[in-house]
Amino acid sequence: MFLDLTDDQLALRDGIRALLDGRFGPDRIRHGFDRAMFAELADAGVFSLIADGFAWADAVVVFEQLGEFCIPGPLVASFLAADGRITAAIDAGAAPVIEHLDLLDRLVVLDGAVREVDLAQLDATPLDWPLDPLTPVWRSAAVIETGALPGADVDAWQRRGAVLTAAFCLGMSQRLVDTSVTYAAERRQFDRPIGGFQAIKHLLADMAVRSEVARAAVYSAGAHLDADELPGLARSVSVAKALAGEAAIRNGKDATQVHGGMGFTWEVDVHLYLKRAWVLDTQFGSAEHHYDLAAASLTSGS
Amino acid sequence: MELRYSESDEAFRARLADWLAAELPKLPALPAREDWSARRRYDTDWQKRLFEGGYAGLNWPKAYGGADASPTEQLIFFEETTKAKAPYVGVNFVGTLHAGPTLVEEGSDEQKAAHLPKILAGDEVWCQGFSEPNAGSDLASLRTRAERDGDDSVLNGQKIWCSFGHIADVGEFLVRTDPDAPKNRGISWLVLPMDLPGIEIRPIKTVLGSSEFCEVFLTDVRVPVANRVGAENDGWRVTNVTLKYERGTAFVSELIDSLRLCEDLAPLVHDPVARRELGRSLADFEGLWALTKRNVSQASRGVPGRGAMMIKLAYSEARQRFGELCLRVLERDALSIEGNELVEERLRTLALPIAAGASQIQRNIISERVLGLPREPR
Repeated sequence: MFLDLTDDQLALRDGIRALLDGRFGPDRIRHGFDRAMFAELADAGVFSLIADGFAWADAVVVFEQLGEFCIPGPLVASFLAADGRITAAIDAGAAPVIEHLDLLDRLVVLDGAVREVDLAQLDATPLDWPLDPLTPVWRSAAVIETGALPGADVDAWQRRGAVLTAAFCLGMSQRLVDTSVTYAAERRQFDRPIGGFQAIKHLLADMAVRSEVARAAVYSAGAHLDADELPGLARSVSVAKALAGEAAIRNGKDATQVHGGMGFTWEVDVHLYLKRAWVLDTQFGSAEHHYDLAAASLTSGS
Repeated sequence: MELRYSESDEAFRARLADWLAAELPKLPALPAREDWSARRRYDTDWQKRLFEGGYAGLNWPKAYGGADASPTEQLIFFEETTKAKAPYVGVNFVGTLHAGPTLVEEGSDEQKAAHLPKILAGDEVWCQGFSEPNAGSDLASLRTRAERDGDDSVLNGQKIWCSFGHIADVGEFLVRTDPDAPKNRGISWLVLPMDLPGIEIRPIKTVLGSSEFCEVFLTDVRVPVANRVGAENDGWRVTNVTLKYERGTAFVSELIDSLRLCEDLAPLVHDPVARRELGRSLADFEGLWALTKRNVSQASRGVPGRGAMMIKLAYSEARQRFGELCLRVLERDALSIEGNELVEERLRTLALPIAAGASQIQRNIISERVLGLPREPR
């Protein structure tokens, strides 16, 4: 039992972090997702980790870093598809909202199976003014499924998708702590750094605690994906998705508060993190959905 | 990251489970809640069994009779004993988890020999005399005076929140030995036999109606200077020495019990909103269980994790939320405490965000020591 990063995982984290820090800074991120970004991440091996012999816990380490840098794009579904094609996944439902449609090579619906959608026949309209400016969305009248994605198990997609999304949210929640602490230490009012006032310190402490509990839950779920013979896998996945998703959203809200008026500006990155957190809450099960699943596990024994 | 336990850890778990299965049926009946001499007998009897089974002083070095168990083995111990519903550490808490480890680190050879074997064997019960009526969160402002008179110190003052003071043999007491020094530099840590003349003990009745805490009044109590642990006026540092022994395993029993209480509550919850709240509480506790494992993992590597500082705050909050849910679910069935563990627990856990560092103090500590924000005045 070891719920910390191994030396190899520390090296993996530092490697991906150096790459993102050097080439995926805030200015580039604000231009949104594109094929060049996907290709660079793919060249770095981001989407082929599992084929290259890495574990799901290692993928968690990488997605945590992608979250810290708020990298846009349908990263999780593309990772699960793992064939070099830009893939997005949506839940079944009438008139679905689809992100990044202009760049998709593939769209799948998670509907009792991983079903592929015929993109050529898709009649979709771009929606103005997306909630997250880095996640453009389209609404489609209907989707026509062409058959199951070969070899894709929908339960595994849901579990792994939830954990990787949770890892991304974890990274966002941590970055929100760090930028808020930095701001609170620099910003002065009443002749003191605002980080010296208990009202602000306590907000920041709560943010840090949320992020740390989420980290433990996400690492535990990541390790559980690699040890699926152990009992309680489904619960562990739900706990990770719910706690990390909520940590990102609530830290986004508290980071906005700590940044004061600046937190309400387009210029400061905080809103990009909060908006992405809202987007990710709609993928692979919302926090509420996973709380319900967790509660159900108490009586079903799963 | 690895969830599976090592073979040697699993072997430890299996040995312990076998031992518990053999030992627990031999336990006497639980004593009445407020029969404190019977509770002392029950808890010290359990300590003696742990001692004979080789499970006493799990976190103490072998040289002092401890088991020197790894942090992971300690975690397993708490996990298995809680699941098996073995007795809690109870009245042995201060001796085995607080004073004993402090003596191991800071005591003289005579002090170690006088107390450590007795603590391990359940032959000596300790209490804690730290807080005072005017020194709660600001503990270092304590005013109980110790004045030197030959080979004795003469104590005068008042202590409060002294757990098990009415049944303890000895206490770990913080006293002011230099009133002119900065407040945390004039404190000494000493061993106080609780039967000395001049000590008056009055139980405090809590919101549960129970009386595990006492007030202790000290009037011209003469205690040998040789009972001081560590140097004079160095008691604040001595106090902090103990804390590292915890190594991430605080609240393990509480957490496992909280998970069990979620299971107990589940069949009573029918309203979908309450079910979602139950799922939220379960997620809170599971998240903290993962954080505990992570803390233990980091302690195994000798790197103290930031999570160890956070678990008390997060657990207190989670447990408050769960307690409220229990009352809402039980509705009017919550109006009697007797035989209603969920209600009794709701009352007991009101103390969580207050005891051992109020949540507001915890937030100060986290924001200063983990996040590096400006310090509060001290």
